[in-house]
Amino acid sequence: MAMPFFAPDNGPGASFIDLLHRTGLEPFRNLRDATGSVSVPHATTCVALRFDGGVVMAGDRRATSGNLISHRSMEKVVEADRFSGVAIAGAAGPAMEMIKLFQLQLEHYEKVEGQMLSLEGKANQLSLLVRGNLPAAMQGMVVVPIFAGFDLAVGAGRLWDYDPTGGRYEEKEYVATGSGSLHAGTVVKVGWRSNLDSDGAIKLAVKSLWEAADADSATGGPDALRGIYPVVATITSSGWARVDDGFLAQIVEELLQEQRTRNGGAK
Amino acid sequence: MSMPFYVAPEQVMKDRADYARKGIARGRALVAIQYDTGIAIVAENPSNTLRKVSEIYDRIAFAGVGKYNEFDQLRVAGVRAADLKGYQYSRADVDARSLANQYAQILGQIFTHEMKPLEVEILVAEIGAESAGDQLFHILYDGTVLDEKRFSVLGGDADAIAARLAPELTATPDLATAVRVARRALCGPDRQLVADDLEVAVLRRNGTRRAFARLDDSEVSRLLAD
Repeated sequence: MAMPFFAPDNGPGASFIDLLHRTGLEPFRNLRDATGSVSVPHATTCVALRFDGGVVMAGDRRATSGNLISHRSMEKVVEADRFSGVAIAGAAGPAMEMIKLFQLQLEHYEKVEGQMLSLEGKANQLSLLVRGNLPAAMQGMVVVPIFAGFDLAVGAGRLWDYDPTGGRYEEKEYVATGSGSLHAGTVVKVGWRSNLDSDGAIKLAVKSLWEAADADSATGGPDALRGIYPVVATITSSGWARVDDGFLAQIVEELLQEQRTRNGGAK
Repeated sequence: MSMPFYVAPEQVMKDRADYARKGIARGRALVAIQYDTGIAIVAENPSNTLRKVSEIYDRIAFAGVGKYNEFDQLRVAGVRAADLKGYQYSRADVDARSLANQYAQILGQIFTHEMKPLEVEILVAEIGAESAGDQLFHILYDGTVLDEKRFSVLGGDADAIAARLAPELTATPDLATAVRVARRALCGPDRQLVADDLEVAVLRRNGTRRAFARLDDSEVSRLLAD
């Protein structure tokens, strides 16, 4: 393909999506008029919560097709750029494409404009992508992300959830999405305190996914046998940091102990 | 209808080349130097906001001298081409050689067919996994591509700057040496340049995906003082 060289009054600016459109590479073009429904893998539960100094995002690793588990180690919580992350529930194919496009859009903007989008601007961009997927959502390929990041201008973590029409809602404490969101959200709601530190928030997030997995068959619990733990990350003033599996394994062990005591110290 | 005067094609091309060279010579120069763990690009640029050096892709940087609006348009075209290619294929498939060729096509096309050639010289730099894989493509206003080794000088007075630079680069320098040598070569014997007059960016071979980084004035001052 030739280098895309546009006249100054007729270019796509800093929008990668518009650039794809101009070059005929728009990914969701053919989904617009898809009819009928297909069985595709679905990704499930993700949560994000604020703590003193940033946000924690966490997601389980399971993808399901109907009653079957289609993937055990999916990564639904990903780094969008250095200071933000996105977590996705819904049809896995369009969701992954949406994440990829979103990451590219943020990087593309940063390179073309020479500076990063504001956090609010990033949240709005994601809203446009979700809305673009609406026709596919009508066919059952719903994608519902959550977006969280550290706002350098405000000096605090912020988070948003979305509805399938692209509606964007900023939350103060926590958000949850996906089939297990009711259970996960309730656990976070009960455990959330405004003075949570990073470790406390990580533990609460892991616990919420544990309880969701306990009650929702589409949410995968920690899998010590295969060494598969939820994807957990913190975003603070120093940026995105993935929590390592060693620490998660330790938290899961604590949760197991707690369960045993809860059950009257059963062996 | 009056007949236009006949002008020999040799004359047309020579006039255009002179025009482009004059435009480029009015601007300030920049140098790119390969150092032990990357490539440093040092530009004389009094502005802290209008950049001459910028990021194109993970391991690729762009630098331009001459008319700002013209090389900036080329820079954006490069970012678009790279992002599209990475999206369509894979991030590993985006390379400087292909970008340099595309730039050469555009510059050559404009030089031959438009009223006015672009008054720019650009550099497309890429770091490899090892220093042997580093690449510096210097592209001239008429589409000529030069594949340069170790260092590259763009802009007015390039020959004099290169003559000052070459003897100082007998071995591969570290970053601080590269920046100091670049400053000495850019300012020559009669002037002084301080950190604020320089725009410095590097492509770092340090394992991060996006190798491009700008060095701010305090960091440049520190490197110059070492």
